[in-house]
Amino acid sequence: MKTYRSMVLVSGDPASLARGAQEVYRRLQESIIEFGLQDEVSLSMAGDIGRQDVIPLVVVYPEAVVYGPVRPEDARFLVEEHLYKGRVAAGLQAAARELTGRIAWISARKGTLPAEQRIVLERAGLIDPTSLEDAIIHDAYTALGHVLTEMTPPQVIAEITKSGLRGRGGAGFPTGLKWSFVARARSDKKYVICNADESEPGTFKDRLVLEGDPHCIIEAMAIAGYAVGADEGYIYVRGEYQLATERLQTAVQQAREAGILGKNIFSTNFSFDIHIHSGAGAYICGEETALIESIEGKRGEPRARPPYPTTHGLWNKPTLVNNVETLANIPAILRHGADWFRSFGTPSSPGTKVYTILGHVNTTGLIEVPMGITLREVIAIYAKGMKNGATFKLAQTGGSSGSIIPASLQDTPMDFDSFTKAGVSLGSGALLICDDSTCVVDLAKALMNFFRKESCGKCTPCRVGTQRAYQVLQRITEGQGTLKDLEELSALSENLAILSNCGLGQTAGTPLKDILSHFRAEVEAHVRLKVCPTGVCAMQVKEKRGVRV
Amino acid sequence: MTTVEQQGNATIEAVRAAVASHGTDRAELIPVLSEVNRAIGYLPTEALEEISRQMRLPKSQVFTVATFYRMLSTEKLGQHVIRFCESAPCHVVGGREVFEALQDALQVEPGQTTPDGKWTLITVSCLGVCGVGPVVMIDDEMYGNVTAAQIPDILARYA
Repeated sequence: MKTYRSMVLVSGDPASLARGAQEVYRRLQESIIEFGLQDEVSLSMAGDIGRQDVIPLVVVYPEAVVYGPVRPEDARFLVEEHLYKGRVAAGLQAAARELTGRIAWISARKGTLPAEQRIVLERAGLIDPTSLEDAIIHDAYTALGHVLTEMTPPQVIAEITKSGLRGRGGAGFPTGLKWSFVARARSDKKYVICNADESEPGTFKDRLVLEGDPHCIIEAMAIAGYAVGADEGYIYVRGEYQLATERLQTAVQQAREAGILGKNIFSTNFSFDIHIHSGAGAYICGEETALIESIEGKRGEPRARPPYPTTHGLWNKPTLVNNVETLANIPAILRHGADWFRSFGTPSSPGTKVYTILGHVNTTGLIEVPMGITLREVIAIYAKGMKNGATFKLAQTGGSSGSIIPASLQDTPMDFDSFTKAGVSLGSGALLICDDSTCVVDLAKALMNFFRKESCGKCTPCRVGTQRAYQVLQRITEGQGTLKDLEELSALSENLAILSNCGLGQTAGTPLKDILSHFRAEVEAHVRLKVCPTGVCAMQVKEKRGVRV
Repeated sequence: MTTVEQQGNATIEAVRAAVASHGTDRAELIPVLSEVNRAIGYLPTEALEEISRQMRLPKSQVFTVATFYRMLSTEKLGQHVIRFCESAPCHVVGGREVFEALQDALQVEPGQTTPDGKWTLITVSCLGVCGVGPVVMIDDEMYGNVTAAQIPDILARYA
């Protein structure tokens, strides 16, 4: 393999691409050739590297200098100064104070700011995601080799169980236990499915893993296949994630050519192959039985459970369904051991969690931190505080299906058990931080609008309940609400939770319950006084625009 | 008559190509629908009937799947399709105002096409780039950190 003096990475996530990252890449390439540096400098398009407000980012290694936002016309100057003359290109560097915890691997920052612990995103942004070689240099597939040649399937499951890893899709089910269910099921055929239908609004952590380190998921799925006795896997990627789908296709092809997927992997008796299935736009397909229906070519409507997919899944065969982030932990656990993994996080929720930080804060983006840190820490340290010094009012966690957390609960440690105890849900890891300009009724209306549109319509409590709740909230924001409406919202919330068939409907009423219990006075002001305290709601009936049909 | 025939032929051709690359297995129905949707821009009734014929699936199954998924459309859309993210993360950072501006400019309700057939305005649940909200997607192009004031300029690029 060739060695290079410098390595240059360009952020290639959709947000960067939307801001001309491709053109920056092209100009850098031109300039590198112009200065005759093509044999000394490697140039790669990486995934999401860092914060999204200074994109496109360009990082130059080994010095780990971060430039951003880089415009195409800056490219030649950057190459001339940094790569040709060997000094930092003045004026292009991203301001140091703007660097966040989520690029903790940058050597210059080590020990200076609260460390981020990267397990899931260890390689994302650091390697060229389209290069198998690059992934292998950074330890990809060593865990698979170790597992296939030195461990039995029960040993693998025992190690995962010992690590205490819990599903990162939202429910927090122990991963080792799930694996053992599938392993125990008797069948001539079993499947492993990676749930990459990340559709929870505010969540894009899985996308970064898929775009930045696709080989990690392939390795984890092969290990899972070996452990539970499956020889076929599916990755169900949400339809909107085109770049992730392309990167996965490339990676699967590379793995097949290298003999890492296919028959008799690493000359053992184990065979495993992976199909990539692209969704067509449906939030509900993140529910595992709906996802299975969708792979089978049907409407994504959840099945009645039990039986569970662990015994009756894809084509009615035992099927293991794991979330992207869950799988991304697997190779690292098997490389370093369960005890190492347990050294992060809390005893009941070991490891790290990837959060997306959004809303009215100074720094939005993605962090991977040990389980158990608090919302206050996230806002103060990683998000760099509230924007314009505003007051923190509430956080909406876990995308639409999560909870609305008032400021009074911001010191609750964020791990599965502490959150359950506090009556809130950790969900998928999205943290939408809102200041006091946010109206809770308007927020709940936006969430309910989401659910009424994404409800698959199979069961009545959800199909009708979400629609009805939206209508009531709409009326309240138009100044037409009555106190009786609040009772109805409360009842709807309860009925949704108890009567719905799947997780979508069961959690759809959470925002209603939350605003009524934490922000009752604000809701009542809308109804009793016909006043929206934040001035967000129109408090009058909105005129319809548009074409009459 | 010829144009209708030509359209019909193009539809059959698109279906044939999609079925050829994915096969007729039931599990390939969604990939086939997606590909035809991409090729023609939407899924006209003739396309769905042709898919049903070629894949040997009941029409009811093809139609029920085609109408379930958000990225598939059974209606003809405008020349440019605007997908506006209306989810909470975009909503609270100014999405409301951006949507008002879009409606002001186009004078349509969500799901409608302008009378000249140029624009279709669709609201979507999440486009997955929440870090740069509010987000608007026009055809295949993504716009992040959009403000209401930028809307006229952005639309003007599609003259």
